[in-house]
Amino acid sequence: MIQLDNVTKRYPGGQEALSGLTVSVDKGEMAFVTGHSGAGKSTLLKLIALIERPTSGQVVVDGQNTQRVRRRRIPKYRRQIGMVFQDHKLLYDRPVAENVALPLVIAGVGHREASRRVRAALDQVGLLHKEKQNPETLSAGEQQRVGIARAIVTRPKLLIADEPTGNLDPDLSLEVMRIFRRFNEVGVTLLIASHDIALIDKLGCRRIEIEDGRLQQHEDDDFVEDYAEVPLPQGGDDRWR
Amino acid sequence: MTIWFSRHANTAAGSLGRLVSQPFASLMIVLVIAVTLALPAALNLAIKNFTVISGSWDDALDFSVFLDTDLSVSEAEGIARLIAQRADVADVQLITAEDALAEFKQQSGFGDALDHLAENPLPHALVVRPSPANTAQSMTLLREELASLPETELVQVDTEWVQRFHAILEIVQRAVMIGAGLLGLAIVVVIGNTIRLEIQNRRDEIEVTKLIGASNAFVRRPFLWSGFWYGLFGSLLGLGLVWYGLYLLQPAVARLAGLYQSGLTVLTLDLKDCLAIIGIGVTLGLIGSWFAAARHMRAIEPK
Repeated sequence: MIQLDNVTKRYPGGQEALSGLTVSVDKGEMAFVTGHSGAGKSTLLKLIALIERPTSGQVVVDGQNTQRVRRRRIPKYRRQIGMVFQDHKLLYDRPVAENVALPLVIAGVGHREASRRVRAALDQVGLLHKEKQNPETLSAGEQQRVGIARAIVTRPKLLIADEPTGNLDPDLSLEVMRIFRRFNEVGVTLLIASHDIALIDKLGCRRIEIEDGRLQQHEDDDFVEDYAEVPLPQGGDDRWR
Repeated sequence: MTIWFSRHANTAAGSLGRLVSQPFASLMIVLVIAVTLALPAALNLAIKNFTVISGSWDDALDFSVFLDTDLSVSEAEGIARLIAQRADVADVQLITAEDALAEFKQQSGFGDALDHLAENPLPHALVVRPSPANTAQSMTLLREELASLPETELVQVDTEWVQRFHAILEIVQRAVMIGAGLLGLAIVVVIGNTIRLEIQNRRDEIEVTKLIGASNAFVRRPFLWSGFWYGLFGSLLGLGLVWYGLYLLQPAVARLAGLYQSGLTVLTLDLKDCLAIIGIGVTLGLIGSWFAAARHMRAIEPK
């Protein structure tokens, strides 16, 4: 689903966020990107979302070489990826339901179909009863779930999340991860940047560790075994595919 | 198609709602646009009125031939008949000294004071209307011949000042056009600046929508609608101002018309003019917002 080939990203200031990184994420996989802050996690996700372009190397997402996606086509490209942000990036001048509906409005989905899907997405994150509230009145955890509902309302095949639990306490973090897990079970590929290693270990997903813009090889092979224990997604729920 | 339409309707309604939610600020901008549009519109209307009035003077290329004061009425009539026989003259009208005095008394306001005059100081006059077939050369010839008649005191041509008036009117008209162009530019700048501020206020929103896949066109749309509404309401209010101005002028013009004893009526804005003003307002609004949106939208990219 995601393939980075010898990718280097140098910012105008001269600092190198990624140095010759080669990594891939399979279809239907749920993987985490870990590393210290400033290690290049966010840059990796930005390259996938085409917020940044690599200085050199190739980024291929769902068979599309991002290098060939022209500026004008970026909006359309982004619409096929669900994105979750640490600071939610909700719009506080409109109720929850309209926040979730925004990607559908952008995609030009009809009103009836849109409201049906918005309700389904909110139901998935357990916030159907709060659809008419303003996001400001929700807790941080709930706001993040609204952000997730917005990311999945278009039923993307790929969902990327940058520190989605960064502002949440452990219980809420686990709740958010469980939601991600459910999407993964119905076939959504997830790539999540996080530094909460304890939580990731609990989920038993693959960790892509980045250190100074380079892939860090694990000394222990435990994670591979852990990963093997996790049942691969099978078929899935009709609601999602 | 229906989706496209309902999407636009939604955006239009949303932009309108935003305008209404800040009634004072919106009203100020609409007022600026209204005044800026009303000014050239009113001037244009005034020029149109003058053109119509002076147009009726065009046919009046008459010569006024003032005769010697010691001529009798019958002698004047004889000269009038003589001139009327000429091929290059269409019509001759005699205004006797008596008629002239009576008319002067009525219109000058001196009234009874003129009764105390020992004798009528006014001469008999002939209003000679040349035949339409005359060329400029034959007109000059006619004038010279009328002037050389022994009974003629003075020949006055009434057309020169009409021509001068036309020339002045044309200059004024051009000046108004230039002024209107500048004022139109002012409207574009005012709306552009308003939209720029609006874009800055909604920067976060623009960034987020772009982040989740909104195209520039999608993000631009509400701002174009804002420009449209500003232009529409501005031009409607501008029309209202012009109409109110005409309403205030009506009695004064009626009085003037009475003085000229003519059916002088003020030309008002017809439907075509109204639509043109609204069209111009809306177009300028769209241009202003489009410039602002194109200029500032590209600068806002998610980071």
